[in-house]
Amino acid sequence: MDIYLPIAGQSVNALFIVLLGLVVGVLSGMFGVGGGFLTTPLLIFYGIPPTVAVASAATQITGASVSGVMVHMRRGGVDLKMGGVMIAGGLVGSVVGAGLFRILQASGQIDVVIGGLYVLLLGWIGGLMLKDALVALGYVSGPPPRPQQKGHNRWVASLPYRWRFYSSGLYISPLAPLALGFGAGMLTVLLGIGGGFILVPAMIYLLGMAARVVIGTSLVMILAVSAATTLVHALTTRSVDIVLAGLLLLGGVIGAQYGALLTTRMKPDLLRLALAVIILIVAGRVALGLTWRPDEIYSIEYL
Amino acid sequence: MGQAKPLLVPDISARRVEIRYTFTGAQLLLFGAIIYPGGRAPTRPADIVVVLRGPVQPILLREKQKIAGIWMNADSNRFRSAPSFYAVASSKPVSELVDDRTAAIYEMGLNNLQLSPGGGALPEKERRFEAGLLDLRKRQGLYSENAHGVEINESVLYRATITIPSQVPVGTYTAETFLVDRGKVLAAATRDIQIDKSGFERFVALAARRHRLIYGLAAVILSLAMGWAAAAIFRRRM
Repeated sequence: MDIYLPIAGQSVNALFIVLLGLVVGVLSGMFGVGGGFLTTPLLIFYGIPPTVAVASAATQITGASVSGVMVHMRRGGVDLKMGGVMIAGGLVGSVVGAGLFRILQASGQIDVVIGGLYVLLLGWIGGLMLKDALVALGYVSGPPPRPQQKGHNRWVASLPYRWRFYSSGLYISPLAPLALGFGAGMLTVLLGIGGGFILVPAMIYLLGMAARVVIGTSLVMILAVSAATTLVHALTTRSVDIVLAGLLLLGGVIGAQYGALLTTRMKPDLLRLALAVIILIVAGRVALGLTWRPDEIYSIEYL
Repeated sequence: MGQAKPLLVPDISARRVEIRYTFTGAQLLLFGAIIYPGGRAPTRPADIVVVLRGPVQPILLREKQKIAGIWMNADSNRFRSAPSFYAVASSKPVSELVDDRTAAIYEMGLNNLQLSPGGGALPEKERRFEAGLLDLRKRQGLYSENAHGVEINESVLYRATITIPSQVPVGTYTAETFLVDRGKVLAAATRDIQIDKSGFERFVALAARRHRLIYGLAAVILSLAMGWAAAAIFRRRM
């Protein structure tokens, strides 16, 4: 079933896009990540223009994180104060990111930058997760699992103007979560990823937030920043394809529900192993795309 | 009598192509009749060349090169008037029908397109980029050349089918028909074709361009609503 995308300006197989949304949705429900890191590269491999892929993936992330936010809000698993600080940073980050996006687009290096950042980020996070999961499952012997690090990183502790974040159990400078939000906001605009798979470990290991509120707070942050990113893209690059986003959402929101169900029936370490493998496969595919001779040497930019 | 020129009566299967949600491309039939003076076809029938071209666009063509193991855009060249779509079909290869000069005047054939490359690049580089552009768009189905795409019946009726892929830009396309004999263009006729988004697709494309903020808000609300609806439906079922 082919359907024409009015902004991307080409027809795609609607079933394929919904299915892609479904798969990503299941993953996002299972792992509590937005799933943008999968949607964007897969859309690009499928032949959607990178700008449209990035912008429309941001729209999908918003929808995929709604149900998670609702669940965590009900359970009180959200530190609103911390979330607010991070969102503020995220909004600034997304605007700065949009400016950077334009500069890179004009210089013609946007594809390489997107690809390079993907390989670095996904390779790094995927590698760490794979090692952790293998050690936890006992497939390789590693150092004994280190006890949950108490408190926060030394650099974070040295920042001035401390605030009290009661739900997170922290007394730290708001500059640290602000910077974290800024980084995540930039990544959302540039790469079309929510940044959940970076935010969550950073909130645990760098900020030392109470585990109870980490997932909920990062989801609130992702929701707000991805929504803002959709707006920024609609205003600047004008490449949000609402039909493409709708198709992705259709699969995504349903998949997220089933994903959340599946989580309760699988061993968490196996889950992490699976996610690590998926992340590394995506990173490998993007790396191949950068180093192998591409199908198209020439590309067209409209003036 | 001998001086009278033959006349071309061209037509197209569709004067308007509407891009709707089911659009996967279109096939246009360009057909018509050749009316010879006196109503009798000469013993040596003339040939037909049809050219369908889309609106011209100024473009920047970027070229990737391998730098430090990574393929990245390294060089670029501007073309001020590259047609967004170009298809030529003829009853014989264009090179057998007319000389290079005539072909260049009427822009018959891919190698005779006037792309107006800009900016004082070396001729060698210009040729390389031109070849790159032609090759890229040929493989996308946007440029095509069919040396035997025109069928002539009884020396009077001709027909040619041209396929338009789904990723063509909207705008006014022109279909030119040339009657060629002994290296000369005896008659020419032009028809316009409108290719336009219609209905919902047109509405979305316009909204995204003219009402950016509302369009962006609509996208956000759509995603929030769908996420909320799915959560609500599943909660009730469990």
